Amino acid sequence: MTSSSMNRPSEQHPAFPKSAYNFAFLDEGSKREIRRKTLKAVAIPGYQVPFASRELPIGRGWGTGGLQLTLSLIGRADSVKVIDQGNDDSVNAVSIRKLIEETSGIATTEDAAEATVIQSRHRVPEEKLNGGQILVLQVPQPEPLRHVERKEQITRRLHAEMDYSAIWLTLYESVVKWGSITVGADYPVLVHDRYIMAPSPIPRWDNPKLHQAEHLTLLGAGREKKIYAVPPYTNVVPLQFEDYPFEIEHFVGKSCRRCGSAHTFLDEVTDGETGEILHQCSDTAFCAKTIERRESHVASIQA
Amino acid sequence: MSLPSRLDSQQRQGAAQDAAPDERPILQVRNLNKRFGDGCAHCLPAHVEHPGNRCPRCGSVQACIDLNFDLYPGEILGVVGESGSGKSTMVRSLYFDEDATSGEMFISSCKNGESNLLAESAQQKRYIRNHVMGMVYQNPYLGLRMSYSSSGNIAEKLFAADHFHVGRIRERAAELLGRVEIPLGRMDEPPKRFSGGMQQRVQISKALANNPPLLLLDEVTTGLDLSVQARVLDLIRSLRRELKVAMVVVSHDLGVIRMLADRTMVLRQGRIIEMGLTDQILEDPQHAYTQLLVHSLL
Amino acid sequence: MAYVAVTGGREAIEKASELNHYYRLKESEEGLELGSIRKQMRLLIDKVMGEAGLYAPEYAALALKQGEGDPAEAVFLLRAYRSTLARNHVSRVTDTSSMRIIRRISSSFRDLPGGQVLGPTYDYTHRLLNFNLRSEGAEDIRAFMDRFAPAEGGPKLTEEPAFRKVADLLRDQGLMPPMKATLDTEPFDVTRRKVILPASRSARLQMLARGETGTMTALAYSSMRGYGSVHPTIGELRVGYAEVSIADPYGAGDPDDSLYLGEMLVTEVETINSFKQNEATGEVHFVMGYGLVTGQNELKAIAMAILERSLDTEGTAPAQDEEFVLTHIDGLESTGFVSHLKLPHYITFQSSLDRIRKAKGERERRQADTEEEKEDDEQQHEPAVGAAPGVS
Repeated sequence: MTSSSMNRPSEQHPAFPKSAYNFAFLDEGSKREIRRKTLKAVAIPGYQVPFASRELPIGRGWGTGGLQLTLSLIGRADSVKVIDQGNDDSVNAVSIRKLIEETSGIATTEDAAEATVIQSRHRVPEEKLNGGQILVLQVPQPEPLRHVERKEQITRRLHAEMDYSAIWLTLYESVVKWGSITVGADYPVLVHDRYIMAPSPIPRWDNPKLHQAEHLTLLGAGREKKIYAVPPYTNVVPLQFEDYPFEIEHFVGKSCRRCGSAHTFLDEVTDGETGEILHQCSDTAFCAKTIERRESHVASIQA
Repeated sequence: MSLPSRLDSQQRQGAAQDAAPDERPILQVRNLNKRFGDGCAHCLPAHVEHPGNRCPRCGSVQACIDLNFDLYPGEILGVVGESGSGKSTMVRSLYFDEDATSGEMFISSCKNGESNLLAESAQQKRYIRNHVMGMVYQNPYLGLRMSYSSSGNIAEKLFAADHFHVGRIRERAAELLGRVEIPLGRMDEPPKRFSGGMQQRVQISKALANNPPLLLLDEVTTGLDLSVQARVLDLIRSLRRELKVAMVVVSHDLGVIRMLADRTMVLRQGRIIEMGLTDQILEDPQHAYTQLLVHSLL
Repeated sequence: MAYVAVTGGREAIEKASELNHYYRLKESEEGLELGSIRKQMRLLIDKVMGEAGLYAPEYAALALKQGEGDPAEAVFLLRAYRSTLARNHVSRVTDTSSMRIIRRISSSFRDLPGGQVLGPTYDYTHRLLNFNLRSEGAEDIRAFMDRFAPAEGGPKLTEEPAFRKVADLLRDQGLMPPMKATLDTEPFDVTRRKVILPASRSARLQMLARGETGTMTALAYSSMRGYGSVHPTIGELRVGYAEVSIADPYGAGDPDDSLYLGEMLVTEVETINSFKQNEATGEVHFVMGYGLVTGQNELKAIAMAILERSLDTEGTAPAQDEEFVLTHIDGLESTGFVSHLKLPHYITFQSSLDRIRKAKGERERRQADTEEEKEDDEQQHEPAVGAAPGVS
């Protein structure tokens, strides 16, 4: 075996002997514990359930929370989609998908409609998810109050007592100083009229997709060892003032340079030659689907 | 949603003025005890006085012993005593900053005055701290968020009362800060840029944000220059006059007590040793300790 | 090579992996012997095993080879591997007073029963580059061994009778509180359960024992230097082999029915700290600080003893704050989170671009208003609450 083939995973030569690891990497005891904590999280929407986060072959802070949820949920019949920044082919998404494939052998897909489990970092797919699907979000900092209170022992109490004045205060200060709420991504939301929750660093654009959704959203923070959830048909309301309402990102007059969509979250890209600022869909699979659909439509007309 | 407006507070003042002088107390405290430390079988019983109230076996300290008193609407009760007499511990226990070891506390506007508030849940206590009581600390760092704006400090209290309209919150903040004579142009400055006297005034306005019928003040003028002190004392007197808010004023300074308090309680080693009309306590003290206190300090 | 690919992420990763191989092996003719790493990189192996929480010198050597000598990378590999292992047994309490000692010193007593045993240490070696090592070969090694340890087995350092512990000497004199009975209860396992602070003692000691050496040294140093109040005397530092045994799985439950598994090299430090009075009994005793790590890692064992003590003191210094210390000493967590900044953050950045444009617009509108009102009262805007572009 040459040294390069030793390290190049492929059908014939996986990076490690599959038989040395359990189905989906984690041992069944760990999976059970994670599923139990997940059930508790579903039962108490928006509440951060502590769990004994396992150490994985990918870095802490690189999606280990989401990955543990996915690994504990999948069975052989599942189909998994993994995205990072909306992109199936982003290096970290590829890396996570590869680990899932190699340790479980189950099918993966790029089509959001086909997947039973979608693991994502920083985005909710543009395509509306349905009741049979689970969205797993990777979470770097599960505590929405952390920037107003650094101590975990105190934030736990603040949640228990619904003592949320401090986070409201930061929003107020931002209105006073800047004339608007300046929180970008990871915009805090009130879940089921009870817990303030960090929706993970999804753009504000994606917040409404969690509200009264048909699908189940699970959020996992591996390094901080927390699992929390938004069950289907649950209220997810962004914090806002009566006279300074929550706003999603504006892309007024902009559209995707590829599919032409004006109703998706857009990435800004600078043309290397002209220096012109262009926009394109952040959800690449959705973008490709739109193009494909249009082309087949055009083809059908031409035929 | 309705903000506590000037109108509300005027109505309440009217009610206070119309009430008979013998109406029921706004605050009733019964057998309040606070012990620091776990206590043990060898701790001396409460009626035995011993130095520092410190148990020689377990080191526990009895800071407040069987305190009983009433406070009437619009009344100011002064609390005097040397340092270590338990006066700060008493108000901190009333504000739930300290967990009282035993005892009862009733506030007439809260649960019809029938529920012992010391036994309430943490959530309930938080509600009471925000709606029913206000606290002003000697150290403004305890009562204010120094790096946030002054208006934000008041807003924080209003959020706790479910007010989420920035425009109306700012109107209310301007009203309150104006009431304590903070220039309107400085309402968005953080208190850390203010002088000590101004910080105390911001703290008072924050404590008043939700129109509480009861205010606790712990050595609020201690450490301020005399002229600054006088201004804060004037403010407290005018607040009582206009808002008819009842107050417990803790001070080791008998001058402050003379100026503010209707009635006065003398604390020594965690016990009330004398209580009565302020003039009477200061001019004709009955207890030997009070006589000593009055003569040495006046 | 595109960093995030419009397409081609998989190929990029595979190429990166091959490049790793290339950089690891270029200019080499033969692979690094695992045996040599294990034997001659002894202190590095010990450090990596301790931080990984896995006593497996062979695997540590493999991890170091695979990670090109980066201890953080090696710890990462071992932790990920460890996480897949079943935990079948919990060992009996190990009595370190009877361990087979290779080094034992005390900074508290000049003469102590058993004496000072300097053992292997670089403490008194002048740190001069030894250029002879450049050409060290099999001949040199053999010559040294023949001279230093000619007989079968190593140098005659190890077969001393068990040393009494310095702490026990102090206990005899009533200067330290008596030991509480050691119970064979199952400790909290920080790798299987989430620690809720305040942590139990067994959880706290485990987290310290798995901590990253450099971080722990820095925190212990801060405490000694003035950010805290712990500046102990080392009562005793011992390095040696301690026996590990488990309850005999086929035994009848007799507490003495143990199965001997083997021995492991550990470094143990007991520090003596300022004395205090027990409020219940009134007795005055020195307070001990305790550190125990796998392998020979004296720096970390001392740092652990300082932090263990420091966490029981009250004050506002970082090293006195349990949550601060325990949530920041884990190397895997700190390296993972700091390096995750290399991941793309386009979405969060796009989101804050939207906010800064909005704030800029608002500011310009306000300025226009102000100019209209002909007010020259300049307002300072602090960027404190601006949307940080780096929302993870």
